[in-house]
Amino acid sequence: MTQASEQAGSTSATETIPAIQMAGIVKEFHSRGDVVRAVDGVDLEIGSGEFFSLLGPSGCGKTTTMRMIAGFEEPTHGEVRLYGASVLGVPPHKRDVNMVFQSYALFPHMNVFENVAFGLRRKKTAKDEVTRRVGEIIETVGLSGREKRRPRELSGGQQQRVALARALVNQPRALLLDEPLGALDLKLRQAMEVELKRIQREVGITFIYVTHDQGEALTMSDRIAVMNEGRVEQLGTPRDIYARPATRFVAGFIGTSNILSGPVTSAAGGSVVILDGDGQHVEATLRDGLSLSAGDTAEITVRPEKVSIKPDADGCAGCRLRGTVTEVVYLGTSTNYNVVTSTGDEITVFVQNSDDSAELAERGADVWLTWDPRHSYVIGAQ
Amino acid sequence: MHGIRSKLTPYYLMLPGGLWLAIFFAVPIVMMIGLSTMTGNVISGFGETWQHFGNYVQGFTQYTPEWIRSAEYAGLGCLISIVLSYPIAYWIAFYGGSRKSTYLFLLLLPFFVSFVLRTIAWNYILGDQGLILGPLKHWGLIAPGFRVLATGSAVIIGIVYNYLPFMILPIYVALERVDPTVIEAGRDLYAGSATVFRKVVLPLSLPGVFAGVLLNFVPAASDYVNASVLGGTGNTMIGNIIYDQYFVVQNYPVQASLSFSLMGILLIGIFLYARALGTEEVLEAAAAI
Ligand SMILES: Nc1ncnc2c1ncn2[C@@H]1O[C@H](COP(=O)(O)OP(=O)(O)O)[C@@H](O)[C@H]1O
Ligand SMILES: [Mg+2]
Repeated sequence: MTQASEQAGSTSATETIPAIQMAGIVKEFHSRGDVVRAVDGVDLEIGSGEFFSLLGPSGCGKTTTMRMIAGFEEPTHGEVRLYGASVLGVPPHKRDVNMVFQSYALFPHMNVFENVAFGLRRKKTAKDEVTRRVGEIIETVGLSGREKRRPRELSGGQQQRVALARALVNQPRALLLDEPLGALDLKLRQAMEVELKRIQREVGITFIYVTHDQGEALTMSDRIAVMNEGRVEQLGTPRDIYARPATRFVAGFIGTSNILSGPVTSAAGGSVVILDGDGQHVEATLRDGLSLSAGDTAEITVRPEKVSIKPDADGCAGCRLRGTVTEVVYLGTSTNYNVVTSTGDEITVFVQNSDDSAELAERGADVWLTWDPRHSYVIGAQ
Repeated sequence: MHGIRSKLTPYYLMLPGGLWLAIFFAVPIVMMIGLSTMTGNVISGFGETWQHFGNYVQGFTQYTPEWIRSAEYAGLGCLISIVLSYPIAYWIAFYGGSRKSTYLFLLLLPFFVSFVLRTIAWNYILGDQGLILGPLKHWGLIAPGFRVLATGSAVIIGIVYNYLPFMILPIYVALERVDPTVIEAGRDLYAGSATVFRKVVLPLSLPGVFAGVLLNFVPAASDYVNASVLGGTGNTMIGNIIYDQYFVVQNYPVQASLSFSLMGILLIGIFLYARALGTEEVLEAAAAI
């Protein structure tokens, strides 16, 4: 702890220090004699100005992680640092981060202006500066002219913007958003996603965004930490996480993924082959830190849009697998095929309907599935 | 034919409720108004005038001190009750945990005993040689002549005690309704606990306080039990006068006019009070308990 504060004192270039560091964070709750481990060893570094998402299913510990940054919970073990300085034991009102609550938590007895001005007034900001800054941020979130309204006179989307403005106006070192779009309907949610990203770019504040919605996380984030059962399963850019899921959990949680498993027949140069012969060939890239040898069982994944359906595999390099179509679903822009492979796995294939050619295959047809080995990854071993 | 019947249907449906109101509310009120303008006395009988308002004038001029005392005791009682009730309601709402309903039940427990009986019990507590003053006088901490019983203070104490739950409950309900995340939002926006209380919790609980004042002031202003049991002779309230005019003096017209004046003043008072504070909020909070 002392080490951390010294570090903060001696370094002048704040940009090089992460906005938020979480080191070895464990959080246990005691309820009715049971111990619930809500967060089970989280290490994160979130850069200044980053749009960072915590993504995971309900109950995986996202809110708890965020509340430890805000100061509403203290970690059982580990340390949270804001710009290098430990905030152990610092109460929420003395931490320079602000939260946007899922229920908005607007002050019902104050109008929009007073709600937004609340934080500045607590910090004893000069009156004309309060007026100016509140006016500016209300304009940024698109609520000009509604300053005198009470929260209950606003729509859900407008309340959401007030909640955002109320936090942003303080220019905190980080903004924490707990499923802020959860209560909005689909259209509004999609509009707000774009809006949030624009506002974040405009104000340049670090956003930590908690969501269970993979679409939101993929759309807005610079980086995503996928959480499961209190741990971070994978940390990376949306592209990384989508294209190269590191674990079976991530592969299953984000997007639709196909999982194939089989014994490794040969392993060399960072890739393994799990099927070879009879004209078929399945090979996948190993991720760093994973090594397999012949005889181990490997699980591999490949995204549905990377796979092609062909009547035969003549002249195809790369991965080739035989199967039978079990279902064809026409979706307008694309068609979904479900195929049971010769290995007994079920594979989904998305095919773009780029021209109005007839369906590639009918239900019950025997087909070949082909893809580039660069698109299949080993996600686990048994 | 059918059209007329269907137009009349709502009125038929109103009939039972309308009859109920007419028989048990409107008719007695009209009879009381008639009574309040009668002249005469109990021996030679009362005669209806419908225009003799001297009883009303007499009611105010002759009993001015009682009117003032009623307002004073009920008003002071409300203030003291707020000061006592707020911390109790606050503690139960925020620190009561899973035992909240137990605490509320304990609070109401004494009120299963009759109003008169528990007021009489305060005779022993406040008596000149009673539970409190007895030991204090014995140890020489207060003058032997010091007294509480048969003073205005005793009446106010009785009023505070008897109507306390009607102050605690609405405040408790208002506090209980405050969204905990709103309190967290205050903390998050740089307000310490004291500021969060002052800027968020207190304003949000005020409708409960206002409702409590309503539920305390109205019955306290027309109360006569506390004054007659604890107040002695010099501290009577308007309720005592009404009681005496009816049961002792048997001057029914004066009694009726006093009752009407009191009812009118309280109704106008409630109306102005609710208007000033926002009708919906006060009545909503009063209805919520
Ligand atoms: N105050 C608390 N007391 C007991 N258990 C809690 C508390 N807060 C959270 N938990 C438990 O911790 C786990 C993680 O909760 P949370 O962080 O809210 O998950 P998420 O936000 O990802 O849905 C859940 O099992 C939840 O029941
Ligand atoms: Mg949550």
